Amino acid sequence: MVASATDGGGAKPLPLLSIGATPSPLVRSGLQVSSLLIPLLLWTVISALELVDGKFLPSPAAVLESLASMAREGILFQDIVASTGRVFAGFFLATLVAVPLGICMGVYPAICALCEPLIAMLRYMPAAAFIPLLIIYLGIGEEPKIALIFLGTVYFNVLMVMDAVKFVPKELIETTLTLGGRGRQVLVQVVARYSLPSIIDTLRINIATSWNLVVVAELVAAEVGLGKRIQLAQRFFRTDQIFAELIVLGLIGFAIDMGFRLLLRLSCRWAL
Amino acid sequence: MELQVRHLGKTFGSGQHSKEVLRDISFALRSGEFLSLVGSSGSGKSTILRLIAGLEQPSSGQVRVDGQAVQGPGPDRGMVFQKYSLYPWLSAAENVAFGMRLQGLPQRDINERTAYFLEVVGLQDAARKLPRELSGGMQQRVAIARTLATNPKVLLLDEPFGALDLQIREAMQDFLLQLWQRTGLTVLLITHDVEEALVLAQRVHVLAPHPGRIVSTVEVDLDKSDLNQLRLSPAFLEKRRTLAGVLRQLEPALV
Repeated sequence: MVASATDGGGAKPLPLLSIGATPSPLVRSGLQVSSLLIPLLLWTVISALELVDGKFLPSPAAVLESLASMAREGILFQDIVASTGRVFAGFFLATLVAVPLGICMGVYPAICALCEPLIAMLRYMPAAAFIPLLIIYLGIGEEPKIALIFLGTVYFNVLMVMDAVKFVPKELIETTLTLGGRGRQVLVQVVARYSLPSIIDTLRINIATSWNLVVVAELVAAEVGLGKRIQLAQRFFRTDQIFAELIVLGLIGFAIDMGFRLLLRLSCRWAL
Repeated sequence: MELQVRHLGKTFGSGQHSKEVLRDISFALRSGEFLSLVGSSGSGKSTILRLIAGLEQPSSGQVRVDGQAVQGPGPDRGMVFQKYSLYPWLSAAENVAFGMRLQGLPQRDINERTAYFLEVVGLQDAARKLPRELSGGMQQRVAIARTLATNPKVLLLDEPFGALDLQIREAMQDFLLQLWQRTGLTVLLITHDVEEALVLAQRVHVLAPHPGRIVSTVEVDLDKSDLNQLRLSPAFLEKRRTLAGVLRQLEPALV
């Protein structure tokens, strides 16, 4: 397989793996489809040939069947709502705190000096290690799970927003001041607006962490949720259910990622 | 309007690591005048402009506008930077309107003035384009229009054409001179380009570096009706040679 040279014509295409080579759209799509298709094919072949005990590696058909039956019983929908609800609640709160704080830390060195050492240390305390404390403080309802997701993402969000803000050209801020802009106008209308593409990208990357943490939280204590279902499935040796839930987790995460990309494309055409 | 710069001094840092960048800078600028400060890098010319704009505080001396000491940045002293000066998410027209919007002008006035100043800089057809769709010269014209739209008493230009190609730079110099002749603006231009200073300004202050100070002043009394002629005229070339010589002497270590 070869990449087509960008200038077309009679030029000999570069080999795919040479630096600077750009595959043609067709080749690229082919590679992208293969990325998912090859593992699926391998899985199908291995389980069809019964190379691995079906109890450990359920066939794609069994997983699909299990997925369908969970959907019919309504538990799939229930689990999805419970888990995504927790992720969005916790991550929304983390964003609500992190974006203004990160912007202020990026703009005002004094606020940065006050907050950064603490945040830099808290960031290295694994969020999961807070679970026992959160249960003691907040019980076993929704609150500790939302709090865990908040704790696990807020510090990263703050620091990454702060970094994004540092890329706002000084000239743009100073231009705004000489045009008569005041502190708040500069922060909201210029700094935040200029950093918006990077902030959306930061959120897109960091929401993956909350998706991790929601499963951790549900493994510890929950009635419903995708993580909880996986734990129950383990108890009954239902690997087909575990596989089904894992695939659902992956698909939702992928959908959230695409959602952020779409948001970026719609709100920041100028930056693309 | 009168802009007075009195015994301005600026030292960055303190103690052993302190660096004096400006020493005893004094000059004045009256309504309708076009003044240029010329100096090499290290002459502190941008710092002078930043002090006048209020983006830095002087270590000694002061800047006065109509007798009032400058305390901080304000729209009476409009500034145009060399680059990164447009809001990339706003169209040309929205960029021009931005300063007026910050000041809370009525929407009708904003619309009228935006259209007017886009026309002044000859960009009425590019009103809806994003900055990245405009050439470097057009971007700087939008930046100038945006500043003019907020009705400043003086226009501070910090090497506004320094990032442009030579041909575009000359076209922009023609544009700026005509704009000044037409509108009676008051302009303070910072540049390292001797020719640019002579083509545009009525008076040129020459800065020596380390620390920056004014060492000589040149009055430019040349016929500026045709800039292409001017650039080739013996009188102009002679002045340019002299001024370039002065600047070179101030920087012997470079050669």
